[in-house]
Amino acid sequence: MVPAALSPRRPIEAVVIGGSAGSVAALGRLLPGLPVSFPPVLVVVHVPPSSASLWVDLFATRCAMRVCEAEAFEPIERGSIYFAPADYHLLVEPDHRCALSVEPPLHFSRPAIDVLFESAADVYGACLAGVVLTGASRDGAEGLRAVHAAGGVALVQDPATAEVRTMPRAALDVVPSARVLSLAAVLAELILLASGS
Amino acid sequence: MDAADEMELRLLLEAIYHRFQYDFRQYSPASVRRRMVLALRVLGCQTFSALQDRVLHDPSAFPVLLQYLTVQVSDLFRDPKYFRVLRERVVPVLRTYPSVKIWIAGCSTGEEVYSFAILLREEGLLDKAILYATDINAEALRVAEAGIYPLGRMKLFTANHHASGAPCSLATYYTARYGSAMFDRTLRKNVVFSDHSLATDTVFGEMQLVSCRNVLIYFERALQDRAVGLFRDSLCLRGFLGLGAKETLRFSSREADFEVLAPEERWYRRR
Repeated sequence: MVPAALSPRRPIEAVVIGGSAGSVAALGRLLPGLPVSFPPVLVVVHVPPSSASLWVDLFATRCAMRVCEAEAFEPIERGSIYFAPADYHLLVEPDHRCALSVEPPLHFSRPAIDVLFESAADVYGACLAGVVLTGASRDGAEGLRAVHAAGGVALVQDPATAEVRTMPRAALDVVPSARVLSLAAVLAELILLASGS
Repeated sequence: MDAADEMELRLLLEAIYHRFQYDFRQYSPASVRRRMVLALRVLGCQTFSALQDRVLHDPSAFPVLLQYLTVQVSDLFRDPKYFRVLRERVVPVLRTYPSVKIWIAGCSTGEEVYSFAILLREEGLLDKAILYATDINAEALRVAEAGIYPLGRMKLFTANHHASGAPCSLATYYTARYGSAMFDRTLRKNVVFSDHSLATDTVFGEMQLVSCRNVLIYFERALQDRAVGLFRDSLCLRGFLGLGAKETLRFSSREADFEVLAPEERWYRRR
């Protein structure tokens, strides 16, 4: 039998990323490295509900991919990075569009990482990679479990390199077989996964 | 999700429609699925089929399920810029009418209703206005009608209210007691709270303004078009329509019926 790690896998069709405290800097080391035609990337970062939308300003000029804040019903397309807007949960519709929701906060947060990861896992199944970054929360752990259970790739920022270790540690507690990588290695792995290797 | 699971969910939504006349069949699948999975766990069911059996035969189950399907959490003066446009650009037009009818569609637990009532009082319009506050969730409407919110939420509400260009403090409008804030009951003197479904009910009056925020985000295209059609048919010529911060008429077949008043703040006017 071929070990799972060596069996060929289909290229991923989407990436979901979740971060909290410290993750703006972490994203700054990931997102600008992704090539212009990379599969769609959906991102949840915990921010206070009233904060102005800052993602486009922060990342648009540094990324080859298009950076936007997700609108309801917006089609999810290759070459774009979608950030969850402040005070909305971001989900993925079966026909690959963005969905927003104002259901209650989860882990004291709206947007919540678990909400995005679970709905993306439902839609993309094995063709999804989920990445949990630095943060002081348990959010993302259950979501990463859903990504893994659906056959997707579970990646966790190495807690030793994370500004706040709580979130990557919580994710590893729930998904012990997730791959633990530095940010540079996460970037390299994502590019490899998108090429189908 | 697998095909069987998908079919069971569809059948459950059909069953709910035929048994209770609540129509979630054209709701956004991602949200409905998520809420249903949470309801499954709470009601102790393994599959959507088991939940369907439960909902059809156990009278106590559907009210629980309905709370899960329709739960929304909003704030007073959510997106203060929306209310600033209301105050500065919409109210001056509303003043020119002898009386004003306003429909707050999908008002949930009433945060939007009190925001409107307070702003209209501040602008001297509340006494000549009638507000129709509608929702499909009767329990949410009861909360809305009571006008009592946790005191802990007042800090954010107060900041939002201030940012909307308010002339005084939000504290003017509520009494704090036992960890709760109770809003001045005269604010809802001209408010009609009523059960109304954008999926199955029709137009009920001519409005100068419709505010429907963060409701269309749950609707699939056809249902969105139906709802926006109701708003158009309700509004007088040049009447105002306000949507949520991340909602747009851009993906709607009714886009041509409206002109954009404030693109960022999502205010439109009926053509």
